[in-house]
Amino acid sequence: MTEILTETDPFTVAGVPLGSRLIMGTGGAPSLDGLGAALVASGTELTTVAMRRYAPGSGGGGAGTNLFELLLENNIRVLPNTAGCFTAREAVMTAELAREALETDWVKLEVIADENTLLPDAVELVDATEQLVNRGFKVFAYTNDDPVVALRLEQLGAAAVMPLGAPIGTGLGILNPHNIELIVSRAGVPVVLDAGIGTASDAALAMELGCDAVLLATAVTRAQDPVRMAEAFKHAVIGGRLASRAGRIPKRAHALASSAMEGRPDL
Amino acid sequence: MSIIQLNGAAAPLAAGTTVADLVAAVTGRAILPTGQPADGGRLGVAVARNADIVPRSQWSATAVVADDDVEIVTAVQGG
Repeated sequence: MTEILTETDPFTVAGVPLGSRLIMGTGGAPSLDGLGAALVASGTELTTVAMRRYAPGSGGGGAGTNLFELLLENNIRVLPNTAGCFTAREAVMTAELAREALETDWVKLEVIADENTLLPDAVELVDATEQLVNRGFKVFAYTNDDPVVALRLEQLGAAAVMPLGAPIGTGLGILNPHNIELIVSRAGVPVVLDAGIGTASDAALAMELGCDAVLLATAVTRAQDPVRMAEAFKHAVIGGRLASRAGRIPKRAHALASSAMEGRPDL
Repeated sequence: MSIIQLNGAAAPLAAGTTVADLVAAVTGRAILPTGQPADGGRLGVAVARNADIVPRSQWSATAVVADDDVEIVTAVQGG
């Protein structure tokens, strides 16, 4: 099914076709082994990482023991993020470090306003997007579910806009489905629902609303059984995408019999 | 003995140390003059010296001097 869907309905972002519409994050996993198994179960081909100081255990054991090499071994493209940045200046520097370290010009741009909400700071986000596009980056802009800002980011050259469903790590699902639909209806670049996903039905809903992909981490990495949850999301994204393409029935106020009354025996 | 800031902590600096030497010391992997690891893998590391990125091709040619602020970063779980 996955293969059929990929052939008839490819997902292309920044000019690159991907075989899965599920983008994974890696935060919150207790071990690298468990994380690897969950990523494989999810079927993802694009996964985010954060950039931090090299510490013992980051991969000092040589080839094959660090996160970057885990992703390479599983043919998963790496999407470095700018998590923890509060200003455009910090975000641009982090993106440059990531490009140098990981040899990719893709970046998940995350510029947050404060540590309590982790909500994007729209002013810094717009500034950073413009700077990074000018420096040749493919910017995946993590943004509020604001249709106006989403359109601005696209106009500035973002490769994808990634509105949140709810604040990072909350698992509250999609708080404003109408805004997500509005963003999708006006977008000329892929829309990726990012953050707030709690369980499989949230991801299916995102796809039914017309999103091109879903990005999540916590919902898998902190689930009781991450591998099983990863597989659930794999199917949810495929199911939601198929439903969105299939054309759902309109909602009705009154019941509509699916069995004809005509020919009913007199009893 | 001179001192530098290495990933936010004071560290002693031996004369003649290059950025490549610091990367090798921190990662425990031998670094070729190209900036690639000698074990043939991917290093996944970037270096900022005094808030400027030092491209890996320049690591061997870039001397570290007293009071330099060096950050060596890599990919970790996140996002």
